[in-house]
Amino acid sequence: MDRRATFWVLYLPPLLLLGAFFLIPLLLMFVYSFRADMHGSFFQLWQPSLNQYTKLISTGSYWRLLGVSSLMALVISISAVVLSYPIAYFIAFYGRQRAGFYLVLLLVPFWTSYLLRVMAWKIMLGTEGVINSFLLYINLIQEPLTALLYNRNAVMLTLIYVWIPVATLPILAALQRIDIALFEAAADLGARPIHQFLRITLPLSLPGVLAAFFMVFIPTVGEYVTPLLVGGSRGSMYGNIIQDFFTKAANWPFGSAMSMVMLAGTLILVAIAVRLINVRDLLE
Amino acid sequence: MTTFRNSLPLKGYFFGLIALLYLPIVVLFLFSINANTYLSFPLQGLTLGWYEKLFASDALLRSARNSLVVALGSSLTATLIGTMVSLLMTRYQFRSKGLLVAMAVLPLIVPYIVLAVALLLLFSVLNIERSLLTVGVAHTVVALPYVLLIVGARLAGFDANIEEAAMDLGASYPTTLRRIVIPMIAPAMISAWLTAFTVSFDEFALALFLAGTQPTFPVYLYGQLRFANRLPIMISLAVLMMIGTLALVLIAERMRRSD
Repeated sequence: MDRRATFWVLYLPPLLLLGAFFLIPLLLMFVYSFRADMHGSFFQLWQPSLNQYTKLISTGSYWRLLGVSSLMALVISISAVVLSYPIAYFIAFYGRQRAGFYLVLLLVPFWTSYLLRVMAWKIMLGTEGVINSFLLYINLIQEPLTALLYNRNAVMLTLIYVWIPVATLPILAALQRIDIALFEAAADLGARPIHQFLRITLPLSLPGVLAAFFMVFIPTVGEYVTPLLVGGSRGSMYGNIIQDFFTKAANWPFGSAMSMVMLAGTLILVAIAVRLINVRDLLE
Repeated sequence: MTTFRNSLPLKGYFFGLIALLYLPIVVLFLFSINANTYLSFPLQGLTLGWYEKLFASDALLRSARNSLVVALGSSLTATLIGTMVSLLMTRYQFRSKGLLVAMAVLPLIVPYIVLAVALLLLFSVLNIERSLLTVGVAHTVVALPYVLLIVGARLAGFDANIEEAAMDLGASYPTTLRRIVIPMIAPAMISAWLTAFTVSFDEFALALFLAGTQPTFPVYLYGQLRFANRLPIMISLAVLMMIGTLALVLIAERMRRSD
């Protein structure tokens, strides 16, 4: 068997798997979003309709929710980036031979189960939870605070916590690439530390900062698990409404249309991100 | 390196944030040895009782077994398929290459909720009963990008001339793959396999839609959240699993870096 024959052996299984369980499902959802309702079999002839999209476009609350979800993702990703920058800075410039250990220390929480960490926040923020019972115990409050759990703030707090280790990685990579000779040259020329930071470190680490932002922002817009656990009905995001239309509300064509909007939005974001960031740098 | 001479505030910030990152994990551990069914301050007493009760809870153990089966199956498939794509990506030129690689990387980017409902749609249109197999298929697809990144990087990093040499000496291409290429990328493949395993093992967003009547552990855990008195038992298993997953990840990381 030569290289050419081997090609087909290597080519067909991935193509079949990705075609059948990635490409076709997404195309199917695209087609399904043009169904007027769920009556009748999918394989019988049915009249395509734009009903779902006109309903989606004309209903302000869905746009508002998409806007709120994007805004939440914006706050979450900026907070995560700002909070991670000093961590990356510390590891890059003060970690020395312990840098590898510090990095593992940072990543261990990220490697433990996502669901469990989110649940831990639920245990901490609840009315009978750790924070409330502690505040009651030290007599700082008389009644448990109900404002901690089941709202958008709880979702944002939890997600910032979840993303900090992720946001640190690209910033760290960018900082570690900076040539140390630049600092020496700047110091020789009389630049004070603060100016060295503002004129050298910060500009040169911006690609990493941008990468960190998108690595957090893109998955956060489509989030539905964290709001499900700590957000309650007041903390719902766009993804939760999609979930509702495929479960409780059982309106799959409309849910499909909503999913297509989210998919399109995500792909546009990725296209922007790829333009702004050198993806090859990230893969190292 | 002294941009700022005094590193103490930075060091304090780093370790403060690390402490905060570990806090929820400590809370979970405390919860699993706490005598009460909710975690309130101060603790009422410590117990290992939840860990004992855990081994008498059939449905819970079955869900853990389901997770294990799905994670094993999907991670092995993803490693195999992902290695194939990596070989194609680094060793072949063909017209649909861009499309294939894009399809293999995109599951990293497409929101899980969108992929979940799209697969749900596919299985229901085709009248395929939801089961561990449907969850496994979804996990294979989302684990693929990780395999591609890990194995692809390794393949790109070593000299293709070694393969040419083997073939010049008369080895067929499959033999070259088996005797030269696979042994060289084996550490990366094992690392990719362990990563794929952990991706699947505690995956919830896709499994919730696709598990049907055979819940994996995270799905079962979610279903039991309503019953507060069951929570400590669930958490005790979760803590055990967390320790197991962590061990796997650390091994995977060590193998990836040992290259």
